Amino acid sequence: MMEILHCTVNGKPVEVGYDLRESLLDTLRDRLGLTSVKRGCEVGECGACTVLVDGVAIDSCIYLTAWCEGKHILTVEGLQGENGELNPIQKAFIEEAAVQCGFCTPGIIMSAVEIVGSGKQYTREELRKLISGHLCRCTGYQNILNAVERAVDECHKIVGK
Amino acid sequence: MEIGRSIHRVDALDKVTGRAKYTDDFRGQGVLVARILHSTIANGVVKDMDLTEARKVPGVVKILTCFDVPDIQFPTPGHPWSVEAAHQDVADRKLLARRVRIYGEDIAVVVAEDEIAAEHALKAIKVTYEEYPVYTDPEAAMAPGAVAIHDEHPDNILRHTCFDVLTPGAGGRGVDEVFADPAYRHFEAHIDTQAVQHCHIENPVSYAWMEGERIVVVSSTQIPHIVRRVIGQALGIGWGKVRVIKPYIGGGFGNKQEVLYEPLNAWITTQIGGRKVKLELTREETFQNTRSRHAIHFDVKAAVDPASMRLMARTCRAVSNQGGYASHGHSIVANAVTGFRQTYPDAFAHRSDAYTVYTNLGSTGAMRGYGIPQCNFAGECFMDDIAREMGWDPMAFRLKNIMPLGYVDPTNGITCHSTGLAECIRKGAAFMDWDKLRAEYAKPQTGPVRRGIGMAVFSYKTGVWPISLETASARVILNQDGTVQLQLGATEIGQGGDTVFSQMCAQAIGIPTEDVHIVSFQDTDTAPFDTGAYASRQTYVTGKAIKKAGESFRAKVLDFAAGLTNLDRGNLDIRGRDVVSTVSGEAVLSLADLAMEAFYSLSHCEHITAEETVQCKNNTFAFGACFAEVEVDIPVGKIKVLRIVNVHDSGRLINPKLAEAQVHGGMSMGLGYALSEEMKYDDKGRLLNGNLLDYKLPTAMDHPELHALFVETDDPSGPFGNKALGEPPAIPVAGAVRNAVLQATGVAIHRLPMNPQRMVEAFTEAGLIEKGE
Amino acid sequence: MYDLTSIYRAASVADAIAALERDPQAVVIAGGSDVLIKIREGKLAGCRLVSIHGLDAELAGVKVQDSGDLDIGPLTTFHNVTFDPLIRTHVPVLGEAADMAGGPQLRAVGTIGGNVCNGVTSADTASTLMAFGAQMHVQGPDGWRVVPIDDWYKGVGKVDLRPAELLCRIVIPKANFEGWTGHYIKYAQRNAMDIATLGVSCLVKLSADKTVCEDVRLAFGVAAPTPIRSHTAEDGVRGLTVAQAAEQIGDLALQDINPRTSWRASKEFRVQLVKELSGRALLEAARKGGAQV
Repeated sequence: MMEILHCTVNGKPVEVGYDLRESLLDTLRDRLGLTSVKRGCEVGECGACTVLVDGVAIDSCIYLTAWCEGKHILTVEGLQGENGELNPIQKAFIEEAAVQCGFCTPGIIMSAVEIVGSGKQYTREELRKLISGHLCRCTGYQNILNAVERAVDECHKIVGK
Repeated sequence: MEIGRSIHRVDALDKVTGRAKYTDDFRGQGVLVARILHSTIANGVVKDMDLTEARKVPGVVKILTCFDVPDIQFPTPGHPWSVEAAHQDVADRKLLARRVRIYGEDIAVVVAEDEIAAEHALKAIKVTYEEYPVYTDPEAAMAPGAVAIHDEHPDNILRHTCFDVLTPGAGGRGVDEVFADPAYRHFEAHIDTQAVQHCHIENPVSYAWMEGERIVVVSSTQIPHIVRRVIGQALGIGWGKVRVIKPYIGGGFGNKQEVLYEPLNAWITTQIGGRKVKLELTREETFQNTRSRHAIHFDVKAAVDPASMRLMARTCRAVSNQGGYASHGHSIVANAVTGFRQTYPDAFAHRSDAYTVYTNLGSTGAMRGYGIPQCNFAGECFMDDIAREMGWDPMAFRLKNIMPLGYVDPTNGITCHSTGLAECIRKGAAFMDWDKLRAEYAKPQTGPVRRGIGMAVFSYKTGVWPISLETASARVILNQDGTVQLQLGATEIGQGGDTVFSQMCAQAIGIPTEDVHIVSFQDTDTAPFDTGAYASRQTYVTGKAIKKAGESFRAKVLDFAAGLTNLDRGNLDIRGRDVVSTVSGEAVLSLADLAMEAFYSLSHCEHITAEETVQCKNNTFAFGACFAEVEVDIPVGKIKVLRIVNVHDSGRLINPKLAEAQVHGGMSMGLGYALSEEMKYDDKGRLLNGNLLDYKLPTAMDHPELHALFVETDDPSGPFGNKALGEPPAIPVAGAVRNAVLQATGVAIHRLPMNPQRMVEAFTEAGLIEKGE
Repeated sequence: MYDLTSIYRAASVADAIAALERDPQAVVIAGGSDVLIKIREGKLAGCRLVSIHGLDAELAGVKVQDSGDLDIGPLTTFHNVTFDPLIRTHVPVLGEAADMAGGPQLRAVGTIGGNVCNGVTSADTASTLMAFGAQMHVQGPDGWRVVPIDDWYKGVGKVDLRPAELLCRIVIPKANFEGWTGHYIKYAQRNAMDIATLGVSCLVKLSADKTVCEDVRLAFGVAAPTPIRSHTAEDGVRGLTVAQAAEQIGDLALQDINPRTSWRASKEFRVQLVKELSGRALLEAARKGGAQV
């Protein structure tokens, strides 16, 4: 059941053969080698496979590759600047010790990209809700919230200038 | 000082960029997929399996069944092996089982070109069973006439131990004598804890293939060297024929301190000509087929002296539901009753009576805290119940009874070398404004929503000596640029091990942590031996090995420097990136220059390395307290934790920022344990909620802000004054929340989790909610 | 990979209906958050899919019809329902309910149409649509027909969709929302990523002085095998003061509900929640309408 998908992944046009039965998670990991996209539950409960499709954070495990024709897909691999500099969100995750086992990290960072990209500022409670589609067993979410809050603040300052 | 620096994690960059490699990231092309057939009964025997249709499914490479596996029973827990047969782990499992002991037993495996082909073949296998009654409850499994789940244990009791411990120097009064003394008040309680699961976000996964005659396994494990040994045992082959590689892992929490499916996968590859095969569990299989925290049921009694507020004697009967396989065996409930005893040493005597009972539920094993969260809940409920009945402040009552400095456990000799527990309690109380809130919430409350504040404390030993062997090795290698490589068999499992190991190594040598390059992945072919990540042991035990290797390395470097510079060896030191003269304080030689000389000198080339092994014959107690303030919405049974703080004495902190993060995670796990998490089984032994929707792992919206504080003691037995931290944060939370609910509502809960339905039932029972029709 | 046999990606509603006529056993997939999970569980393993994913031009978005009725495209995601300005103006409670389904990523793909076509009693938008008396406009080989939501649910997992029919519009008549305010309580064990133990949606229409409930609508999820209205409660509290209504509505609602004991929650617990939360929802709805409570 092979087909060819044309889309943009991390800013680059991609043409890739895939099996119609694949989830976007399957295609990104197994065909494109984007292993930041993690498999945790396969039913949209843990959020480890979160990527942006046309700027919107979705669980790639419950999203068919067949729907991705012409879409723009962003994963953590696409976040670093052209000289390798880290995205402010990645920096904030390091600074705030928001990373432990690291398995949920790329997915949460992608939700944070959407959050920061909205250009809005949020209360702590709103941020809790915005990352509530991710399960993390290591951090109690405390430092993750600190990191997202910091990234939002820093990006807001930059945009605000 | 490298110890005590809150440096960034050494693995953070790789993890935020998505470059950190986990097991499944090593798949490569052309990998076969193995999927397991699970039984649809919980107790019985596989009589026959018809593979005719399954073999016809396109893409199927091989079907292996319980009739094909080697006739070898092997143990699975991540313990150091014991050379004494009596202390060896229980070997009660085969690679695939004809004798079905749990619902979802592994009875066959399909190897196929992709998972859908494998799934189709699994569905096409026809199985005939002989069924036995299902035992979900230990009391039923122990009842006369019950079918033996394992022939080796006809009464289904894996082990029963009973100890009477007399407090040394207390005059020899035994439990019965103390309880007969009319001067003391008596209390008793029955407390139930539930089975919960680790819920690491990465499911267990492994790859196996053969290189020559050897088997290579890449696995998400906490214990690569133990995995190697168990694969050897399970397959009946030399342990040297097995190579295990452990990359980054997506959490373990004790579930991966167990050899789960690596032996099966290793065997599969030997059956398909050494081809590479992947065996990844689904989330549902992870729930059903790996391990969980034991549900332990406690009956506790105490004789309390009203005059001194002291516990005179206590008894603790604990019955642990082991599920279908022994896993860690009796050690967990034994640890639970011991932990119950240790936190508050009785004035005279203590009796522990512990049972580990096979049932047909999912097997239980190690999980963060190893029996102590269970006994802590029991103990801390009990302390508040007593205090409430006696009209005592629960904090004052605890302070009268906590383990003192210098305490030596009468049975195993574990010694309290340092304690900041009283200070932890005071610090937490101050943070929460305990006295004020406790008094305020003690006033009569009548509305539907009420508030309370509660606390709990714990003690926790560091590592497993003398119950088991404690050993570790470390290897330090000089690089050409004057930096070092650090190689360990100890594992990074998310806790920050690699970072603090690097700091320890830097401290021992005298160089900056930035100049220590740790080899994160363990390959049993090259990594020094270490038993791995469990028991909050690595900073303590592996820390000693790192310190010893670092000091040995440093000595070799200074010897070499003295030879190069013709300076007195006794006047040289390593500071930063230089060898310095302690006389002048000046740098005499950079480590980079020294290294170039060491590697490339035509006259005295020397590859400077140091490798050291320690056997740690010591242990020490870590301590801490949790305080929680709650609001209870009585009519709908909701408990909202408004504020919570954990205060820990883990000795000296190697990296305070990471220590704090570790505490947050434990508190989160503790909150889930307290309020929402529970593995629910039906009477057929089927797990009902084995997925992340129905198993209520807390989300970011289910927690308050998590506060972590520390009281730093300098433990004389720790390599850097440090002691256990990894597991302890999860321990005291449930008790603190429960005791806060007790103050808020006057309702004493003795069963976990305190989920809304159970709370509504309890409040209805207590008359706080009007009974329905 | 999903165990499915084929995917037909429909180019339009007409194309989808034609595909379903050719293959009446095919399963319609929209956002995927429900169907894909059922495939993985094995309930729909091996199925053939007709995908209406992306037919947003025809099936997504919210508009006000000339009549003033609110017209919601079933492919509108939960997220877009929540943040749609017309929803926020006219039926904010529906947006609030949609905002409680799953988590953010699920709300970005899950659709309001899927939520009511899967026939699930716990669906977060269903009780509110029930309270609003929504009309389900379905299109099939024989053209359009309108099903009042009261007649929509035919049993557990079953709705009034005939072979090759698609839900194409969800319409809330103006009279059903103008002058009403509402509140939805999702009672679940977790505050996110959960299914409701009980969903309560209450709408009130207050008197001019904001003290009396001139009219009330009360609907539940998980109080019966399908979402239900509680007409007994509505009739019983109509004309009462807000405080009286809040006091009585829970007990009255017990006559209309039929919750089940399952391993997720007992009947007794759900009854207690109905008793307690009906009044709370009413009070909050009234407060939003300007009542001093």
